[in-house]
Amino acid sequence: MAERELRKRVSSPKTDDTEEEVITPSDRAEKLKAEMDDLLDEIDEVLEDNAEEFVRNYVQKGGE
Amino acid sequence: MAIAKVCGTETEYGIRLLGSSADHPSGEPNAMALASMLVNAYVARVDKLVGWDFEDESPGRDARGFAREGSPPEIDTRLVNSVLTNGARYYVDHAHPEYSTPECSNPIELVCADKAGELVLAASIEAANRVFRDGEGIAVYKNNSDGKGNSYGCHENYLMDRATPFSRIVRHVVPHFVSRQIFTGAGKLGSEGPGANDEVVRYQLSQRADFFEEEVGLETTVKRPIVNTRDEPHADPRRFRRFHVIVGDANLAETATFLKVGTTALVLAMIEDDYLSKVDLTLANPVRAIRQVSRDLELNQPLEMADGRRMSAVQIQWVLFEVASKYAQVGGLACFGDEGVGRAVLSSWEEVLQALETDPMSLDKQLDWVAKLRLIEAYKDRHGLDWSDRRLALLDLQYHDVRPGRSLFQRLDMVKLCDPKEVVEAVDNPPRSTRAYFRGTCLRRWAPYVQAANWDSIVFDLGKDPLRRVPMMDPLKGTAEHVESLLEGCNDPAELLERLSA
Repeated sequence: MAERELRKRVSSPKTDDTEEEVITPSDRAEKLKAEMDDLLDEIDEVLEDNAEEFVRNYVQKGGE
Repeated sequence: MAIAKVCGTETEYGIRLLGSSADHPSGEPNAMALASMLVNAYVARVDKLVGWDFEDESPGRDARGFAREGSPPEIDTRLVNSVLTNGARYYVDHAHPEYSTPECSNPIELVCADKAGELVLAASIEAANRVFRDGEGIAVYKNNSDGKGNSYGCHENYLMDRATPFSRIVRHVVPHFVSRQIFTGAGKLGSEGPGANDEVVRYQLSQRADFFEEEVGLETTVKRPIVNTRDEPHADPRRFRRFHVIVGDANLAETATFLKVGTTALVLAMIEDDYLSKVDLTLANPVRAIRQVSRDLELNQPLEMADGRRMSAVQIQWVLFEVASKYAQVGGLACFGDEGVGRAVLSSWEEVLQALETDPMSLDKQLDWVAKLRLIEAYKDRHGLDWSDRRLALLDLQYHDVRPGRSLFQRLDMVKLCDPKEVVEAVDNPPRSTRAYFRGTCLRRWAPYVQAANWDSIVFDLGKDPLRRVPMMDPLKGTAEHVESLLEGCNDPAELLERLSA
């Protein structure tokens, strides 16, 4: 991969917008909150049923 | 100068059976059988399974031509041990499916290989689930703990110069391992195992920190040491050491894996070049410190140093970063092969440390522990839950689910360092920059003639005795640059072996 491309990607999203409009921290917080709200709206369809039992029954023995 | 930091990861995945028989107390499946079924379901997709060769190498021995009766016992276990055309090893280790990436020459290549492993597991689940009844199936998690005191590892391997004294490695790498958790942690609710005590831990940075009880040792499953002393080079033992790291978390976030491997490779290169000799970051009590760091969500708790100073994990990382930046100016990034990748490691390292110091939650698209914490907090607030609510524990677990439909990580739109197309290619194709290229290409083209393979050799069976072993004792030989035209010029493995021995 070209170095320039990789360095652009490792650079965090909020400092990577030099050519676009300036995004302030509060704008970013708003945007993230909206994204998270959307995710929370749909997350119950993704989550397994019966959290208590589902978590309790996950037991891993052995390994490494 | 330090030798090239060839690297790889070995990830043990958590596995469980879901559905009616899983819910029945007497129907609890044998975990090893389940893991075997999963791996078999994947490898059944290829024409012929190639087994893993457990034969020990001895350095002076050219084993080409050993007799069939000398074959190692891998035939019995080959159903749960396979080598893939991308050069990876996919197998069952105790009760877990384990994916060892092919050898990679730099951290970005390894991120790609590591993510490809997740796709292999997801494809395995899909294949395995075809034999289950409706409502049953396998779930797989890329994490390191069941939350009940049982841990499984994500190990890292780095090629090192045999001449480097092990004591020097230990001295300088321990402070890095303790402090790097601030970006490598995959996050965990609560505490458990040896780390469980009266202190209330709501959330901590690392999945693994609870399980470490010693500073140095050979164990991996009990009394786990921060520095593991396993010495199996899988290469010429006179020249190389494979530094085996068991202390890390399994990461889903690409930036976390990139930094975990990139910073560690750089620290190890500096150790080889004795570039850290004047830098004393020795901790007074590394085992206590690893837990302190993991539980310090404010990232400012001072750790006791052996010389009486007190430094936070972030401060320790800043010192290592500053020294590494100087090291880069004297050619240190050559250990990555591609210096551009080295510069990307440094710039990402600096940026992440700055953010951890000023606004850690701004890293929620880059680091696992931050992303998961933010998700858990948001869900908790929306539903007005206590920290002890099991729905939060479910979020913690399901963040790591490998199945695309259930993965919470995949819904978080995290920063990607690798082109997803390259990750898909890495499922079947080896890196071009290490001996994995030779291994993977031989398997892709001539699997029916490959009797067995392991990290440092391939054994061909051309149908007449004796078997022919091709040693690969240097991880940087057998690259595309070395052997691509040779392999393309051969129509069959007999021709290859003839030209290799010519």
